[in-house]
Amino acid sequence: MITRRTFIKTGIAGATLLALAAAFQRPLDRAGKQALVAGNPLDASLATVVRAVAPVILQGAFPAGEPQRALARERIARDVATAVSALGAGAQQEVAELFALLAFAPTRIAVAGVATAWDQAGASEIEAFLRSWQHSRVDLLKSGYQALHDLVLGAWYADPQNWGAIGYPGPPSLGR
Amino acid sequence: MMLRDPYTEGAAKGWKLVDAATLQADREDEADVVIVGSGAGGGISAEILARSGLRVIVVEEGPLRSTADFKMREADAYPQLYQESAARKTADKAINILQGRCVGGSTTVNWTSSFRTPPATLEFWQKRFGLADYSPNALLPWFEMVERRLSISAWFAAPNTNNEILRAGASKLGIETQVMRRNVNGCWNIGYCGVGCPTNAKQSMLVTTLPAALELGATIYHRLRAERLILAGDRVTALDCVAMEPKGVHPGAVRVRLKARHFVLAGGAIGSPALLLRSAAPDPSGLLGKRTFLHPTVISSALMDFPVNGHDGAPQTLYSDHFLDDRPVDGPLGYKLEVPPLHPVLFSTTLQGFGPAHAELMTQFPSAQVLLALLRDGFHEQSRGGTVRLRDDGTPVLDYPLDETIWDGVRRALLTMAEIQFAAGAKKVYAVHEECAGWQSWATAKEGIARLPMKPLTMRVVSAHVMGGCAMGAEPGQSVVGPRGRHHQLGNLSVADGSLFPTSIGANPQQSVYGIVARNASDLATTLTGKPAAALA
Repeated sequence: MITRRTFIKTGIAGATLLALAAAFQRPLDRAGKQALVAGNPLDASLATVVRAVAPVILQGAFPAGEPQRALARERIARDVATAVSALGAGAQQEVAELFALLAFAPTRIAVAGVATAWDQAGASEIEAFLRSWQHSRVDLLKSGYQALHDLVLGAWYADPQNWGAIGYPGPPSLGR
Repeated sequence: MMLRDPYTEGAAKGWKLVDAATLQADREDEADVVIVGSGAGGGISAEILARSGLRVIVVEEGPLRSTADFKMREADAYPQLYQESAARKTADKAINILQGRCVGGSTTVNWTSSFRTPPATLEFWQKRFGLADYSPNALLPWFEMVERRLSISAWFAAPNTNNEILRAGASKLGIETQVMRRNVNGCWNIGYCGVGCPTNAKQSMLVTTLPAALELGATIYHRLRAERLILAGDRVTALDCVAMEPKGVHPGAVRVRLKARHFVLAGGAIGSPALLLRSAAPDPSGLLGKRTFLHPTVISSALMDFPVNGHDGAPQTLYSDHFLDDRPVDGPLGYKLEVPPLHPVLFSTTLQGFGPAHAELMTQFPSAQVLLALLRDGFHEQSRGGTVRLRDDGTPVLDYPLDETIWDGVRRALLTMAEIQFAAGAKKVYAVHEECAGWQSWATAKEGIARLPMKPLTMRVVSAHVMGGCAMGAEPGQSVVGPRGRHHQLGNLSVADGSLFPTSIGANPQQSVYGIVARNASDLATTLTGKPAAALA
């Protein structure tokens, strides 16, 4: 069983390995990844990260005022979680690792370059993170950006509430 | 209007449909032939073998969804009907693969485009792989048989605007376009083929061959994963399967063992090689799971100053083979030009970028026009495709390196598509590439495309056609199965899907699977019954 202390140790070791592995495009160390995900379970990590990055990815489409903004944050976090739960088992594991890496403060700082906690980070800091991964020389980070891109935009535009804004009338009625 | 659901009616008549996710205990079952997969190859095999008097069991990992379930919403359709929720990716995540996983397989979700295998492809197969009787003439009766069975014919209704722009732009440049042939009967022309046809018009396996086989007493197990073939010497003695959990992502606890005289693999060009790899099947040629081709596809998005409404109307009705026909089949990669349907999730996730620029493009969704170029891989000396391998949990992943041969074709294809779109009056054209911010004229696009860096995960590449990995050929040293799909080493095993193809097809592959498998399954029926095979209805 992993105690809190050994978790913190392996977690930090895992984080360092992840950062190094990412920097050198190495396959990630399995024990480090497992400890990272064990300490940062998917549900909480995903919600923390998506609530922060979704309004930036969706800037221009996301509501500007409260309370709509707070409601939209919760809704997109829920819908991304639903989408992740339908991915293949392998992809779910990788997505869990991605959100754990982003949620865990040492890796958030080392790999994503986001110094501030997600719920405090400003839009410009989050945007800089997204751009750095989008154009990274490291394939792993580019694919991490694309996972966030696809999950957030896919969940948003799957929602009939957001069709009106893009002039999509929705599927036709077949009269049944 | 009340649309009939063949499966609601069939269940009432006693069709043998088993949802393995609901089984409470392990079980065994037996038939003359067990078919793994219910898509193009599995469906055609099931009808021919059942009509020839053989007892058939079909195993499908995905769920049974039918007419009444098809709500035309991406949020329902992708998780239920597609492999890995329509987010299946190659090992390095650089190519997104659309493949069906449901009863009917990809035929339930494809866009209905139907082509006989191009003569140039067959000629290459005859010369290079010893497939002597793969001439257009030898295959003609089989293509005609599946055309009758699946109502494949040219679509002469007016193309939607999205397709019309391909024709208009191409014709200004002297590039010929042709009318698509489609497997539809009484099509309502609404444009939702990709999320399950809600009107039964698409003549997928779901509404044609599978009901015919069920009517003759065949059994379909769905939400059942074929895990491993049990081998004894040069024979397959059984297929071990595991029921999926209701959500369909993880295997559950209940196991099903299926016995048969003969086993037919039709789980698609990732699934079939993977099952053989998991089963430690003999592979003396070393080609199992190798030379897997994708028709790597790149995308060019344009903004018009008039409504396009690319979600509306039959999705693919025109195409151009100009850039396939203008070069030798094994030269620098040629490409087929087509048009995709535009729906909010597919469109928003495909478009690069985020924030205000992305949101702005999305508000112009009704004016968006999109072209696709499908690269013909597997013919050029350097185009060797990808490799299927297994993850630790036994699930497959395709490793497909994107190399210079591909990138050269990608750049030419982007140029062609942008030129066509500007010729048709586009105000702005975007290559779907992480570093492209769009161009407002053909001159700037030409310059910009020449400079785009071609790298995985920067240039977006997608695929909806997976082919190869159990290549057929005359020589056992250079192929996995023989010309009739019979495994070279395992006497009672056949492959009957796109994994047979020793190269890509150079056209949407569904009809190639139908026609080639119809001939192979008929040959198998004759072998097993000692009588002439029955034809498709």
